[in-house]
Amino acid sequence: MEKKKTVSKVIATVFIWIFVILCIVPFIWMLSASVKSEAEVFAVPFQLIPNELKLDNYIEVLSGKYSYLLMYWNSIKVTALSVILSILTTCLAGYGFAKMKFPGRDKIFLIYLATMMIPPQLLMVPKFLMFKEMGIYNTHWALILPAAFSIYGVFMMRQYMMQISEELSEAARIDGAGDLRICFQIIVPLCKPAIITLLILFFTWSWNDYDNALFYINSKELYTVNLGLVNFMDETGMQYSLIMAAGVLTILPIFVVFLIAQKYFVGGLTAGSVKG
Amino acid sequence: MNNQKKKALRAAAKGYAFIGVNLIGVLVFWTFPLILSFIISISKWDYSKGISGLSFAGFANYIDMWKDEWFRASLINNVIFTVCFVILLIVFAFIISYILNEYVIGKKLAQLGLYLPYIVNIVAISAVWLALFSNNGPIVSILKALGIENPPIFIADTRYALATIIFICVWQNLGYTVMLFISGMVNIPADLYEAAAIDGANIIQKIRYVTIPMLSGTTFFIIVTSIINSFKVFGLINLMTNGGPGNSTTMLVYNIYRTGFQFGKLEFASAQGIVLLIIIFIITWLQFRIQKRNEASM
Repeated sequence: MEKKKTVSKVIATVFIWIFVILCIVPFIWMLSASVKSEAEVFAVPFQLIPNELKLDNYIEVLSGKYSYLLMYWNSIKVTALSVILSILTTCLAGYGFAKMKFPGRDKIFLIYLATMMIPPQLLMVPKFLMFKEMGIYNTHWALILPAAFSIYGVFMMRQYMMQISEELSEAARIDGAGDLRICFQIIVPLCKPAIITLLILFFTWSWNDYDNALFYINSKELYTVNLGLVNFMDETGMQYSLIMAAGVLTILPIFVVFLIAQKYFVGGLTAGSVKG
Repeated sequence: MNNQKKKALRAAAKGYAFIGVNLIGVLVFWTFPLILSFIISISKWDYSKGISGLSFAGFANYIDMWKDEWFRASLINNVIFTVCFVILLIVFAFIISYILNEYVIGKKLAQLGLYLPYIVNIVAISAVWLALFSNNGPIVSILKALGIENPPIFIADTRYALATIIFICVWQNLGYTVMLFISGMVNIPADLYEAAAIDGANIIQKIRYVTIPMLSGTTFFIIVTSIINSFKVFGLINLMTNGGPGNSTTMLVYNIYRTGFQFGKLEFASAQGIVLLIIIFIITWLQFRIQKRNEASM
């Protein structure tokens, strides 16, 4: 019986690991192509690691020719501002919904819940028109501002803050602390897990945001990495070695954060999947 | 009395100050565009006159858009896509999760590997699959090496394009779905399996009578979210196929983009958006109803 179990365990392990490796083959292939010369990319037989490891592709991608560095910088800027602003507004609103009593609170929260259901791409036409009127079409604000008011984030912060005992706030209030102080000095520090999860979630959404950049950004000098990569595919005329190097660079930040904070990553994205 | 009123007013003002910034943002970037979308969808619009060029057209756009072959194709494709995607995703994810949870060494690492496609941006994903599926790419080479004379040209072939997109989407979402299934499986009490073993149940019976019923909540959640997400597919289509060849891979959101941004028919695009919203609303409502019924029967 024990032996039978060990055997099936070994078979299952081998089977699954072959499957997992097949699943990540595209990324392995990508990494491998990014250090090859163009001629070697599709060479048969396939070589995982080329005879001569070249970083030329990366150097060429980052050289001034394709303004890829600028697009990278744009993405960093947009992502950083989106994340900071949205964390700030979600903390405030989460506190308002969870810890304060005022008329209309629960009704407004219901509207929030209903709005969460709307797929953001559905609003591309009206938002396009609105952004033109507001003068933020084809500026980074068209990406940052909508991201700064996350409905999902408020929902999550509220749920988390509701679990925190009322006594803490009461004690602080007796000591004469106002709501703003209670929010940022007592409640928010206790919400660290929720905030880290949201940080990662917002970061991933902003960094990977292709749709909004496509809809609302027009000038090349404002492109974020995702549009940059598409543009790159057109400009290089499908030189896969270069495209893969550029692709690896777009994945890198997410991948690093993923490795460092996988626990929050998995939990957060799983919880936030409904949005996407 | 007056004092109390003042206090209540102050509390309200403070409350709205806290939620205010976010609330205004939500109204401006969600609620208002939604209303605008609906207004445009029931209007005729002379674009040259700006906003004042809008005139009421009733539901004419909702009727006329059906004349557009691409819109009809996008609905049909999307339904085919949804059905195949959800079934394949759930079957594969369930099998993988079960084996992973019961037997595999290095379970956590395997899960992380499977999860990788889910966090990578859609552009890099499209780029790598375009390369892998290209005419002189590795997949075609492998098929040729296996002795297949005329391997399919995948995304360039009407017969295979949609299937290829489905395949990539299943691959992309597998790790995340496995994660959900496993977190459900971990919570199944071990004594249920032991009791089944004492009754002489084999592995298939255990899955049939213990695992599947115990996971019904998780499975239900996965089905609903995957259906909703399957109606939002956009990036992959726009980057890999542009809805083609012909209109064999066009889907709802892609068609909204095509109608609105590429052909400038904003009224039709808005009407299609509202149709999408109604579809998602119906799914969410059904979910709500079924959940309620299940809770009542428990």
